This record gives sequence, structure tokens and C-alpha cells, in this order.
Amino acid sequence: MLGYYVRLALRSFSRNPGISALMVLAIALGIAVCVMTLTVFHAMSGNPIWWKSDRLYAVTMDNWDPNNAADKKHPELPPPLMTYKDARYVAASRVPMRKVIMYTVDATISGAGTAPLRTPTRATTGDFFAMFDAPFLYGGGWSAAAEDPPPPSIVLSRETNEKLFGGSNSVGRVLRWNDQEFRVVGVLDDWFPRPRFYDLNGGSFSPPEDAYVPFAWGPALSLQSSGNTECWKPETINNEQDFLASDCVWIETWVELPDAATHERMQTVLDNYWAEQHRAGRFPRPRNNRLTDVGQWLRDMHVVDNDNRVLVGLAFAFLAVCLINTVGLLLAKFLNAAAITGVRRALGASRRQIFSQHLVEVAILAVLGAALGCLLAALGLAAVHHMYSAAHLGYRGGYQELTHFDTVGVAWAIVLAVVATLAAGLYPAWRVGRTPPAVYLKSQ
Amino acid sequence: MLKMQDISKIYRTDLIETYALRQFSLEVSAGEFVAVTGPSGSGKTTFLNVAGLLEDFESGSYQLDGTDVRALSDDARSRLRNQRIGFIFQSFNLIPDLNVQDNVEVPLRYRGLAAADRRERIDSALELVGLASRARHMPSQLSGGQQQRVAIARAIAGDPAFLLADEPTGNLDSLMARQVMDLLEQINDMGTTILLVTHDPELARRAQRNVHLIDGQISDFRAYEPRAAASGGADAVGAALA
Repeated sequence: MLGYYVRLALRSFSRNPGISALMVLAIALGIAVCVMTLTVFHAMSGNPIWWKSDRLYAVTMDNWDPNNAADKKHPELPPPLMTYKDARYVAASRVPMRKVIMYTVDATISGAGTAPLRTPTRATTGDFFAMFDAPFLYGGGWSAAAEDPPPPSIVLSRETNEKLFGGSNSVGRVLRWNDQEFRVVGVLDDWFPRPRFYDLNGGSFSPPEDAYVPFAWGPALSLQSSGNTECWKPETINNEQDFLASDCVWIETWVELPDAATHERMQTVLDNYWAEQHRAGRFPRPRNNRLTDVGQWLRDMHVVDNDNRVLVGLAFAFLAVCLINTVGLLLAKFLNAAAITGVRRALGASRRQIFSQHLVEVAILAVLGAALGCLLAALGLAAVHHMYSAAHLGYRGGYQELTHFDTVGVAWAIVLAVVATLAAGLYPAWRVGRTPPAVYLKSQ
Repeated sequence: MLKMQDISKIYRTDLIETYALRQFSLEVSAGEFVAVTGPSGSGKTTFLNVAGLLEDFESGSYQLDGTDVRALSDDARSRLRNQRIGFIFQSFNLIPDLNVQDNVEVPLRYRGLAAADRRERIDSALELVGLASRARHMPSQLSGGQQQRVAIARAIAGDPAFLLADEPTGNLDSLMARQVMDLLEQINDMGTTILLVTHDPELARRAQRNVHLIDGQISDFRAYEPRAAASGGADAVGAALA
């Protein structure tokens, strides 16, 4: 009977093309707005490393002003960055399975046969790549044991490798990173965790850096952080060593703790260190040493703000309005054809068959609505992408990176359209089946 | 066989209750041609709707071929209606956007017959009503008489035991009406039980029995001489529709 119901549905559409098109358009508009909003929201609120989320922890210690919290809106939170001294202490610990301390620096790459290239670079310890599952296209990272003194090693992003070496395997090639020769040891494959959970400073949805060098090269070359550097007390800083010894925070610190026992030991390490430093006159605020997993970290850092949640709510409200209109149109359409339904009932159609017939019609509307909704959403996202595009604004990264209409988005659209429209069509389909046929048979 | 015993059917509004059928009892044997007459509002159509399982009733019992229809689910009633009952309406009630053969096919679809079986029954039914050449015409391309013959083909395509006709000639001129009545008699001669609702005494006289309704109750029974069986009789048409 399914084929028969499909034929009847198509006849019904051709009988009322205007009202049918209106319903498809209403569904499509609601779906498109929802999918666009959800796509952005999904990208913003997603946990980009969910499979390791309960193993990776951001390390924070509250070294801030005793009278003013680092974040006045959330005084319970320590500053999100650490001092050089504290970060080095964590990096030296043998408790974590892996540990990373890092910051970003501005650099210029030359000597690769191309024009000098401005290259935002992450100075990081060697565990970075394995800890955050950064995929390699060529080569690999550097040994975590070889940090001090650091080897002149550099890992390039795929995009940078394209620019410098045309995408070929550049492992072993030597280039100049600022004024120092570095040997390429690896090239990353496409990698774009959204949000960039391991460093939420300077834009949660910024792309990863174009190059990576061992952490120690930063201080060794006296390279200041191009990210956030926050200080809370007056300190005399005359040179690099003064800065490294200061209470200014500028280093992101992460550890990988494979189980609860390791987590507890790491917490103890931090607390003992805090107590020791506290006795020495540091850490004037109450003890607040945190190991924060990725999910909580994204929440603490307010990656998804309330505006986005409100926007999603409004999008769903709009979808509801579209569906309510569709319900009204469906009811009008079905009841307008109640005489024909009455004839079918007289000829032996059961209520169930009438319900199924109309539900098939609704399902076809849903599929058409989903298809058109996907198209509209894709166009809408493309428009948003264009609005924020690199050509438009002159830099890469930011919101335009969220507007890719991926398979998840398409799946969302289809599921949403079909489920929502079927739900909306249930009542009209049920209602028309309950219509007493005798009334319409006499009046037709 | 159709057997109604003390059937009451009430239409209710907030203010009043109207008895469309009151303590209505009737038995119709297999193969009978019964005309139901009466003035407007006497309950003729309500009787036909109850008989055709299109409407429930408040009290009484109704057995169709020995089955108490009151106890049946909607699915079972629909199946019974589909397999045992054919309807003919005053205003034909063809589905306007289906062509002739698709209209005739509707009850066969709900019966779940295979395509070849449907095809055969559609051809036979259209042949019987003389519209085989119009199978692909739309209802709007046919005259009133032709439309009613399509409706008759649709009603008999499933080879029902009962044919319920509600003023089948009401929208037709006298010539067309006579042709339709001839056709109904032919179908009755093939063994199909016919219940014909009409307010035309001339047409009613062509039935074997006349039941006259007033205010939902039978006021008069009248039997007529049985017609001579048409040439070929039930066997020939049964074979045509098999």
C-alpha cells in the first residue's frame, strides 16, 4: 500500500500545489533557521576531544591578589594561566602521564625559498601532539625528554607546509624561524579543534598556530607571549629573568591523568607545592588549586555564552510557529478533502489506512521540507561564512570557521524536519480519519 | 442475510434528540431487491448508513451474514464493508482526480488484491456497465449517467453480497435513470442483494419488496411479483466478475 499512498500523496500535491508549496516552504524555513543556529551552537558547544575529556585537565592555581579575584564575575575561579615558575614545576612532575606547558609567540619564517612568512607559533613541550591527538601528515614531534636544552626542531601546520614547500614532505628541511635555524621534524595534517579548548585566549574558535617549537626556545630567545599576559602586583621587571620569576601569568598548563588515583596524586602535588609557596609568602589567597577536565573547562571559560542559548531557543520557537502554521494548513487541506476520505471509508478503508495514507503525505512533505531546509541552511551558512570570510575581514579564523555545513548538520536537518513535521502531521492525519464519512457522503 | 432488530439511531444536539431510526427491524434475504421509500427525513439514508456500517446505532442488534457488527473493531467493520458491501450514491461520489479505472480500483486496493486480479476485476466491471472504452477518462469527461455507471462498476468490482444504493437515479434524467435501474436489476439477477433508497414510487415498484419509512419506523411492507430472471442470470455475471 505504501506505493499507492505515495501516488495518492503526489496527486494531492498536484490538486493543491499552492498550499502544498506553502507547507514545504514553512517547514523548510523553520528547519533552515534551526539548523543554521544549531550548527553554530553545536560547533561552539561541542567538546572537540570528548574521547579524552576525562583524562585531560587544565591546571590552574590561584596566585592572585588577596583583595581582588582574577575574574570578578567568577571569583571562585583561579586565573586560567600560570606563572612560568609554577608551570615549570608542573612540567617537572613525574605524576602525570603527559604534561604540556605552552604559550604563543609571533615569529617569521624565512629561508625556505619563499618570501618571509609571518607565522604565529606555539612554544610547547613535546607531549602536546600526543596529548591532544594532533595528527601528523609527515614525521612527528620531538621527544619530551629533549626539552632542556631544546633541539632546534619545528613542526609545521599543513597549511604552512603548503605555503613553504608546496605540500611536499618537508621533514629534514632546514628553515629560519626568527633568527634561528630550525629543522622540520613533522608536518601536521588538517587539525582544527573547535573550540580551541587548550588555549581559549584570543578567540575560542581561532585556528591552531601555523608552527610549533619546543617550549624552552621561547624564554631562551626572550620571546614574549603574543597571547594574554596578566599581572596583579607591582613588580620590578628589568630583564627576562625578572619576568620569568614574576607572579605574572601567561602559560597554559595541561596534564593527562589516566585514572582517579593519578588525579588524586596530582592534586596532592599541587596542594603541597601551594603550601610550600604559601609559607614562602606567595599564594596570598585561600588555597584553590584546580584540575579541570575539558568539559568543565569549556563551561568555566564561558565558551558558549547565554546569547547563543537564547538564539537557539528563538530558533526553535520560530520552528514551532512554522510547524503550527503547517498543522493549520494540513488540517485545512485534509478536511477540505474529507468528502473524498468519506468515499474511501465507504469503499472499505479503515481509519488506520486513512491515517497511514495521510501520514505518508505528511512524510513526503517532511522530506521535501528537509531537502529545501538543508538547501536554505547551506545558503544561509554560506552567507554567514562569506560575511566573516578571510577575504572580507583579512584574517583567518573566528566565526566563519563555524559555518561549515557538515554531515552532522545535514543529519540534524533531516532528523529534525522529519520528526518535527511528522509530529505536527499526526493530529491532522488522525483527525481526518475520525471524520464520520456519512456526513460528507450525503453533502458532496 | 441482513437482519436488524429494534435498531434505534439518535442524532443529538445540545438541545434536542432526534430519532432517525426508532425500534427499526428488518430482515433481507440473500438475493432480494428491496426498495426503501419514504418522505425526506424519514430515516432512509440513515438506515442505509447503518446497514453499510458507516454509522453506529444506539440500541438494537444488527447481523450481517450472521456477524454481529456491533462487536467489531473499526478494522473489522471496514474489512466487512470492503468485502461484502458496495455503495452507490445519488451524487456518484467519484474521486475527481482519479480516472475511471483508478476509481473502480479503490475498493480493490483496500482489499489488498494483486495487480493482475485488480486489473481483471476492473475490466469485467467496466465491461458490464458498458464503459470499458472509457477506462482512462476522468470523471469530468463523462455524463451524469456514465458517472453513475462508473460508480456502479466500482461498487460491484469487489463482487459484494450487498449493494446499497442511495437515490442512484436522483441526479439523472429519465432515460439515464431507466438505464441505471436496468443495470441494477441485472446485477440483482446475478445474485447480489440490493437495498435501494428512493422516494420515487415508480422505481420502488421495480423492486421485489418495498419498505416504507415514516419517522424512522416502518409503516408499510409491500411485496411485488418477482421479475423474470435476465438471460444468463447470476452464473454469467458471476463468471464475468470472478
